[in-house]
Amino acid sequence: MPTVSVKRDLLFQALGRTYTDEEFDELCFEFGLELDEITSEKEIISKEQGNVKAAGASDVVLYKIDVPANRYDLLCLEGLVRGLQVFKERIKAPVYKRVMPDGKIQKLIITEETAKIRPFAVAAVLRNIKFTKDRYDSFIELQEKLHQNICRKRALVAIGTHDLDTLSGPFTYTAKRPSDIKFKPLNKTKEYTACELMNIYKTDNHLKHYLHIIENKPLYPVIYDSNGVVLSMPPIINGDHSRITVNTRNIFIECTGTDFTKAKIVLDIIVTMFSEYCENQFTVEAAEVVFPNGKSYTFPELAYRKEMVRADLINKKVGIRETPENLAKLLTRMYLKSEVIGDGNQIEIEIPPTRADIIHACDIVEDAAIAYGYNNIQMTLPKTYTIANQFPLNKLTELLRYDMAAAGFTEVLTFALCSQEDIADKLGLDISATKAVHISNPKTAEFQVARTTLLPGLLKTIAANRKMPLPLKLFEISDIVIKDSNTGPAFFPGRCAEIFARGQSVGKLGVLHPDVITKFELTMPCSSLEINIGPFL
Amino acid sequence: MADGPVAELLLRRLEASDGGLDSAELAAELGMEHQAVVGAVKSLQALGEVIEAELRSTKRWELTAEGEEIAREGSHEARVFRSIPPEGLAQSELMRLPSGKVGFSKAMSNKWIRVDKSAADGPRVFRVVDSMEDEVQRRLQLIQGGQAEKLGEKERSELRKRKLLAEVGSWRDRPFKPYNFLAHGVLPDSGHLHPLLKVRSQFRQIFLEMGFTEMPTDNFIESSFWNFDALFQPQQHPARDQHDTFFLRDPAEALQLPMDYVQRVKRTHSQGGYGSQGYKYTWKLDEARKNLLRTHTTSASARALYRLAQKKPFTPVKYFSIDRVFRNETLDATHLAEFHQIEGVVADHGLTLGHLMGVLREFFTKLGITQLRFKPAYNPYTEPSMEVFSYHQGLKKWVEVGNSGVFRPEMLLPMGLPENVSVIAWGLSLERPTMIKYGINNIRDLVGHKVNLQMVYDSPLCRLDAEPRPPPTQEAA
Repeated sequence: MPTVSVKRDLLFQALGRTYTDEEFDELCFEFGLELDEITSEKEIISKEQGNVKAAGASDVVLYKIDVPANRYDLLCLEGLVRGLQVFKERIKAPVYKRVMPDGKIQKLIITEETAKIRPFAVAAVLRNIKFTKDRYDSFIELQEKLHQNICRKRALVAIGTHDLDTLSGPFTYTAKRPSDIKFKPLNKTKEYTACELMNIYKTDNHLKHYLHIIENKPLYPVIYDSNGVVLSMPPIINGDHSRITVNTRNIFIECTGTDFTKAKIVLDIIVTMFSEYCENQFTVEAAEVVFPNGKSYTFPELAYRKEMVRADLINKKVGIRETPENLAKLLTRMYLKSEVIGDGNQIEIEIPPTRADIIHACDIVEDAAIAYGYNNIQMTLPKTYTIANQFPLNKLTELLRYDMAAAGFTEVLTFALCSQEDIADKLGLDISATKAVHISNPKTAEFQVARTTLLPGLLKTIAANRKMPLPLKLFEISDIVIKDSNTGPAFFPGRCAEIFARGQSVGKLGVLHPDVITKFELTMPCSSLEINIGPFL
Repeated sequence: MADGPVAELLLRRLEASDGGLDSAELAAELGMEHQAVVGAVKSLQALGEVIEAELRSTKRWELTAEGEEIAREGSHEARVFRSIPPEGLAQSELMRLPSGKVGFSKAMSNKWIRVDKSAADGPRVFRVVDSMEDEVQRRLQLIQGGQAEKLGEKERSELRKRKLLAEVGSWRDRPFKPYNFLAHGVLPDSGHLHPLLKVRSQFRQIFLEMGFTEMPTDNFIESSFWNFDALFQPQQHPARDQHDTFFLRDPAEALQLPMDYVQRVKRTHSQGGYGSQGYKYTWKLDEARKNLLRTHTTSASARALYRLAQKKPFTPVKYFSIDRVFRNETLDATHLAEFHQIEGVVADHGLTLGHLMGVLREFFTKLGITQLRFKPAYNPYTEPSMEVFSYHQGLKKWVEVGNSGVFRPEMLLPMGLPENVSVIAWGLSLERPTMIKYGINNIRDLVGHKVNLQMVYDSPLCRLDAEPRPPPTQEAA
């Protein structure tokens, strides 16, 4: 769940009232948010780096709020406030408008070189915006949140925001050889080529995670203005020249990526959230993007979509009996402006560009239920009549478990994942002979393979319980994973046997070979039995 | 004790005596309990090299009340003999005498008397011998005189069988050493079931009691298709990252997928359909083929629902499963890479969110949880979704006990389920309620090979509907 950190007092100021922590927690619960933590910058630094480093840090109260992963419109204070105010019916949802500029429209031209690496781009302009320190921080933070979530760590979409007054269009989005790209990136004092930057950022804790997206490609994406100034080298870093400050008045936003739909959604989110601070509130200036095939698009889309849902459908799915008018009111509180139309049973719902999460009527049903209040819904039982059946394998397992315990054995529960050694070397087998399933990129040896036999788990349990009085009699009945039948563990020669039931081989038993015992760090003789219970079903 | 007054007395007496002391005699002499003397003996023995003690068991014999009577009056069979005059006695009359019934058969087997059945007025008893020796009385008198050892083992045994003799020092009179109720005792040999699996058995019972059928889940390995795509979880979803999911190197790809169904899923993801906008991205078959260790048992539910959808006409079902799932996440005190998921599913016409809440209430009531609250949540494959909270008396706050929702139409309709069929589902982990019930704070103390077997030996019955108790306190050894 993404977490948004907001200053509590700013939040209350924007909401127009204060809440106690309990009241706000309750409000979050109703809306589907979670007040995860109440802290401050000082506390955070203190926890991570100690009290000394924390001295002098701000102790302004911060609320850390968990937000559903599909609600990109709640990832910043502005969006949260707007959502909560509409929910509480204190404001009407603002209408976002795309407007054409007074002068020439800003243009972003995409060249065909980008096709192989990062083909899509969208752009827009926030005109006459007024930042304060808090608003500016929020603006930067939202980009980071979007990068981490819908943008899939910049792999799908990367956002670049630029001071338009330092640039001059039209802009070109192209891809060039790394050695041919040279600029002064954000927070640096001189120019570097892209190759050099890749090296420098290998040790940058923040940026090193994104290098792999373009590192090994022959051409790197880069955006220039008409004077050859580098706006950005997506998805890595923006240019210093066009960097935004608290005093920036006009912002050019570009989003590049490999997923066109998501790039459009991301752009819509940024501009809807922050157009609040434009002189012409909630308006966004259009920009034109020209694709290599000559096709030109105007962004942001800021599309409002209308959907029709029957009132009785909502009532039926939730299990309530509200009038269509009431349902329309509930939905409007969830930022889905609705009205009853037609025969009085249809509700027409307007889905704003901030609600890209609404893709089916069921999303609308959920919002109606949230506004109604989940805990106000009457609990009923389905009339579904069914006869229950146990899964035969599990039924047999339960019967065997009880009788194994009755016979004096103690049940253990061991891991299904283990090291290659556990199922091969330690049992005197070659790993290829075990037909085991291998995990890719295991973090440690303990996650290399899935067990092909239950024996190693039992032996490791004994090894970890050396101090227990003897005898130790253990058992486990559970799944193993094999590609096809395996050859079985190493037994002491002449002291093992294959087990047949009803003419079919079902397993093996025997005294374990001393090598096996030693490899599992045990010292006492050990015998084992392993059978497949499948044939007994 | 070895330095106590009794021990000292004992040592002095021992010094003075020749040939040792009898503890019982000494106790009588000193006027104290025999046990006190025995205690002193044992503690002196423990010092080593101080005294030598030999355990002797002596049996003393005493006559029972009946035995005393016989010693006085003679045995019943002797009395019978003496009461027969030379002319004999009618048997019926004989039987009426006090010792008659008891003594008759014994006198007969001793061949002291005989019965003439042909006598004129009923059977008549006559003496066979002129006189007899009342052995029994003689023996009893010997014992009374303190000379029990003059009798053989067999003779004493016989008298004891006739309840004329009793061994003294039998338990009725002996004082017993008080029990030490603080001692640990010896545990009987037994086998044990693992606490997590005891809880699993209880949850299985709950589902079966509610009419839920168990789904097959005997496959740890699953394809991305069934684990994600069939559930309408998009291919770029973060959960499909290497960081959260264990993908397989070998075998890397699932080869068998129902292709016509796959096509419908592909279309729904990339273009929409069934009333949905879809995700509008390029869906790749290769991605769906990737094998993994299942991250939830919802993939088994998807398989079960797909199978259900192929059967026409539709019949409502209730399904459940409890089995192992795998997540490649950060490990800590409450998270391991492997854990168990509990999942319940109901598929029927016209199910509502209210029905889901009702089913949840019945389910949690069986766990002894009656106060529930529901909170809006988000899952890629359910909408609406709800987190389930219950009030924890101890912590005095609401804690999450499960996750639930209504499966999205984009998941159900491509399977072929009828449009007005709703499927509600919920899930929770098995480890969490187990750790709460059994008072275990670190999951590594519950699951895996490093678990302390003593914990398994000691874990009590799983009673899910009883209040959770705090963990038992350890007694100081």
